Amino acid sequence: MTELPAGTGPLFTDPDPDAARAFFRAKSRALKDKVMPVREAVARFVHDGDYLASGGFGSNRIATAALHEILRQRRRELGFAGHTATHDFQILAAGNLDGGRLLARVDVAYIVGLEARGLSPQARRVMESGDVQVCEWTNFALACRLQAAAAGIPFLPARNMLGTDTFARSGAKEIRCPFTGKKLVALPALYPDVAVIHVHEADCFGNCRIYGISVADRELARASKRVIVTTERLVSNDEIRRTPHATAIPAFCVDAVCVVPHGSYPGNMPGAYFSDERHLREWLNAERDESELRRFLARIIYGVSDFDEYLEVCGGAARLEELRDLELNPGQPRTA
Amino acid sequence: MAEYSPTELMICAAARLLEDGATVGVGTGAPCAAAMLAQRTHAPRLFIAFEAGGLAPQLPSMPISVGDSRTFWKALMATGMADVLEACQRGMMDYTFLGGGQIDPYGNLNSTVIGPYEKPTVRFPGSGGANDFASFCWRTMVMTRQDARRFVEKLDFCTTPGYLDGPGAREAAGLPAGSGPYKVITDLAVLGYDPATCRMQVESVHPGVTFAQVQANTGFELKCAPQVTTTAPPSAQELSILREQVDPYRYVIGR
Repeated sequence: MTELPAGTGPLFTDPDPDAARAFFRAKSRALKDKVMPVREAVARFVHDGDYLASGGFGSNRIATAALHEILRQRRRELGFAGHTATHDFQILAAGNLDGGRLLARVDVAYIVGLEARGLSPQARRVMESGDVQVCEWTNFALACRLQAAAAGIPFLPARNMLGTDTFARSGAKEIRCPFTGKKLVALPALYPDVAVIHVHEADCFGNCRIYGISVADRELARASKRVIVTTERLVSNDEIRRTPHATAIPAFCVDAVCVVPHGSYPGNMPGAYFSDERHLREWLNAERDESELRRFLARIIYGVSDFDEYLEVCGGAARLEELRDLELNPGQPRTA
Repeated sequence: MAEYSPTELMICAAARLLEDGATVGVGTGAPCAAAMLAQRTHAPRLFIAFEAGGLAPQLPSMPISVGDSRTFWKALMATGMADVLEACQRGMMDYTFLGGGQIDPYGNLNSTVIGPYEKPTVRFPGSGGANDFASFCWRTMVMTRQDARRFVEKLDFCTTPGYLDGPGAREAAGLPAGSGPYKVITDLAVLGYDPATCRMQVESVHPGVTFAQVQANTGFELKCAPQVTTTAPPSAQELSILREQVDPYRYVIGR
């Protein structure tokens, strides 16, 4: 039998479903109050060396407060699922400044760029240094890897990546379909150690609602061993039970619920506030020069004690009101 | 005749390739502008899909991210990434528009690295959804500026499949049969592919542009399609819709 091609990229996580089942068997299903400050959630559930995943879509519905706290608590040697990672990746890449190694291993589907806003100079420096281990995937590939993990199976077959260097530098393997004989790519299950996900509403147990696109967060919450949820609003359990079809993430996936109004700032939160393009431009500009970036981070992350202080530094209630107006009236210039 | 920029012509030429009722997966920037223009002119029932989960929005303004709230404004559905890309994989996406740092004669794209992979000169974002769209959609279109550094005989890294290395290569690799590159729309010309060789060829040159100019801005040998025409310039109606409705703040056309 001829050997089928396989990617040469490293697998940063174990796709074994029985190892995952052993973990999930011991995970609490109890409906207990999980509300806690972001500082406590990160201290308890994000450890040095963990493999981290970030929900939302780069600059949309992201758990900014949790990401900032990971920097403030100086986590090191993290693996990361670079799944449509834009501003979230930019925040984490700042943790590699000055010889720090927040990011050590990255599964890449989309990193370094901020879509139409351009490339992040700091993320480029980190990824061009050769110091961070990488493995290539695609957006669909990482979504499938999370789906496989959520389903408790070791891989999912798909028909992307075939014939390309993306496959050659991935950790995927080619297989033959037992029914049709067709070539398929086997995408190994991805079980992150910890995920940070921002949602519109959650109850104190961690039952979550997302208004708008879910991106890959339904799968991510189920695939991850530990889940920190940040939420715009806390709602009652009665409210969740009134419309159970609206629950996107069930409580038994969730370990911590942190109430963080405007928690996706400077990202967009559908129906609530638009992204702060002025602030994102400031980030990109500050990154051009490392000493300027150091000053910038001292002002917005390391020099503030929590997310509310960060919001104040960025313009506070007046700015947030402008972003709310921009979100609800999309015909205006977005840099207003 | 109305004055127009090369970017405006690219967007108009791309928009005309989308027929009413078709499905198209797009990203931000010029491809999104083309889809919005098509929706506001000849293709009001164009079904626009964004990989982050927005299905068939009535785009109120130019999105800045393929996952921002504009991408599901008055949409038919706000779903997830797997759902959208699975629809592509099962054959329901007619078109996609992509960009990229480099493109080769077979329409393969590089958006991963320039230089050696282990220690790249430039690290680009990677595939994102580009490899997925180009693997699954029936017809892949590329919108890009044309110069000899972008249009190269050999890519530094093949992120996204075009015709790979020629006729039959996609099917041999296991990619879905009958899918693949369709057009390349640049600031100089509209290019297609020679069915016999799967190599890029010029189908129309933009007004005032010669074939020699297109060749001079391409790092590999170009052929001509059996009939090379001149790209129709933007109409006054297309230009006014593009400038007043699609991109009034010139995010794309001002570049």
